[in-house]
Amino acid sequence: MMDAVNYWPLLGVGVVIIGFAIRANPLLVVTLAGVITGLAAALPFDDILTALGDGFTHTRTLSLILVLPLAVIGLLERNGLREQAGRWISGFKNASAGRLLAMYLLARELSAALGLTSLGGHPQMVRPLLAPMAEGAAGKAFGPLTDQEQQHLRAMAAATDNVGLFFGEDIFVAFGAVMLMHSFLTAKGINVEPMHIALWGLPTALCALLIHGCRVLYLDRQLANGKWRKAP
Amino acid sequence: MTFFYILTGILLLGNGVLTALDKNHPRRLPSSLFWSIFGALFILGDWLPPLVCGALVLAMSLLGGLNLVKPKQSDEGSLNSRKAGADRLGNKLFWPALCIPFITLVGALGFPWLKNHGVNVVQGSATLVSLGIACLVSFVLACVLTREPPMQGLKENSRLVDAIGWSLLLPQMLATLGILFAKAGVGEAVASVVGEVLPKGVEFWAIVAYAMGMALFTMVMGNAFAAFPVITAGIGIPFLINDYHGNPAVMSAIGMFSGYCGTLMTPMAANFNLVPAALLELKDRNAVIKAQAPTGLLLLLANIVLLWWLL
Repeated sequence: MMDAVNYWPLLGVGVVIIGFAIRANPLLVVTLAGVITGLAAALPFDDILTALGDGFTHTRTLSLILVLPLAVIGLLERNGLREQAGRWISGFKNASAGRLLAMYLLARELSAALGLTSLGGHPQMVRPLLAPMAEGAAGKAFGPLTDQEQQHLRAMAAATDNVGLFFGEDIFVAFGAVMLMHSFLTAKGINVEPMHIALWGLPTALCALLIHGCRVLYLDRQLANGKWRKAP
Repeated sequence: MTFFYILTGILLLGNGVLTALDKNHPRRLPSSLFWSIFGALFILGDWLPPLVCGALVLAMSLLGGLNLVKPKQSDEGSLNSRKAGADRLGNKLFWPALCIPFITLVGALGFPWLKNHGVNVVQGSATLVSLGIACLVSFVLACVLTREPPMQGLKENSRLVDAIGWSLLLPQMLATLGILFAKAGVGEAVASVVGEVLPKGVEFWAIVAYAMGMALFTMVMGNAFAAFPVITAGIGIPFLINDYHGNPAVMSAIGMFSGYCGTLMTPMAANFNLVPAALLELKDRNAVIKAQAPTGLLLLLANIVLLWWLL
């Protein structure tokens, strides 16, 4: 049998890997990878430009979701939203950064599992509310935060939103991923109920809750031990 | 939907104009050009020929990729004025912010319900239209509450858009790269390479190859949806299902989640990993990935064990 697979387009994958290894600007890497992949597959330059233009036009919603909430959030921030978020959380006796993030993880995963994936998000929840609250709770317990502590808390807040979203959404039957898997398998002649795919997502979803939940709760102990306070 | 594309376009163009007016800007011309093209493409995207759009996108990527796009002098008000705002408004500040998810939720559930009852109000995605409406309503509420002029909203939007910078373009470019990869047959080449090196007859290694393949290919593509058909057709179906008669529902559910573990660990998933780092003003743009990597690796391990046990 003849091997009809064309290996040249793998050059594009190589560009991506090398680009990130040498820490070049990701936008440049991705653009170059796209152009090189197109050329390696012997597409004319016109077609590559057309693909770029079409791709951009059809993916505008990705940027739209990011940009639209910003005017509201910016106005509120200017008037002290983040300061108030920190203050509000420190009014609770038992609040801690770890417990707050664990609660958010649970809420995010449950709401995503119910198909409510738009209840969180980085522009409208993490930056204005979740991260300042985590900082507020930690600041109340351990005094003013060091720069490193603040940076780590913010990164963990963003990570918690991602983990909750990713591992919640696949256990909701009507979510795109489940339908995508179902239609792909059907096209390959394998009949599977979407409900079963969604159900078999549960074990991993629970593992995600457990693993990331323990990690954010452990954060409180790391903060108490001054992990990010020692001289570098 | 077109209305919200135009609105976003105006906000981005606005940043282009504000950048052009800023005399102290270190990279005034290229930065202003970047945001103006971005805004113009949002507004005109449906009418311009794709070839022209592509050329403009390429120009934008080069401006951003060569680090020619810089933020303006940021002015988020003094700490004292922000504290005074928090004193004056207290928890009322939360209302407009919480309005965004609340109205989105009502719309996302309400519009399809109305449609089922014969009233078709929205064209396109109900969730996206609801998000747009939610942002408009919250904006009016925020202006009334803070007694700021709407013009200040444009300035605040521009401040935050500047904080994200060129990485705002990245998610769209990655989605486009995915399309190009698919067109060029990258997936088939990867699956064929893996199929060649995989030792035959050992179920455990087939499971490891499938889970790791999903994670690694997702890391390269930035998107588990793009990796799933490729790795499942290349490794999953021939080895796990045809050779070892595994349960396809288990394979696909856990396989896709293995891909998501990859998403947690790659800069290619820009809208989840790089954009938030910029938005949260983190000094290390990979800080979110570093925070996620332990969770991603442990979960990938858990997935391999689960596949071995449940398949």
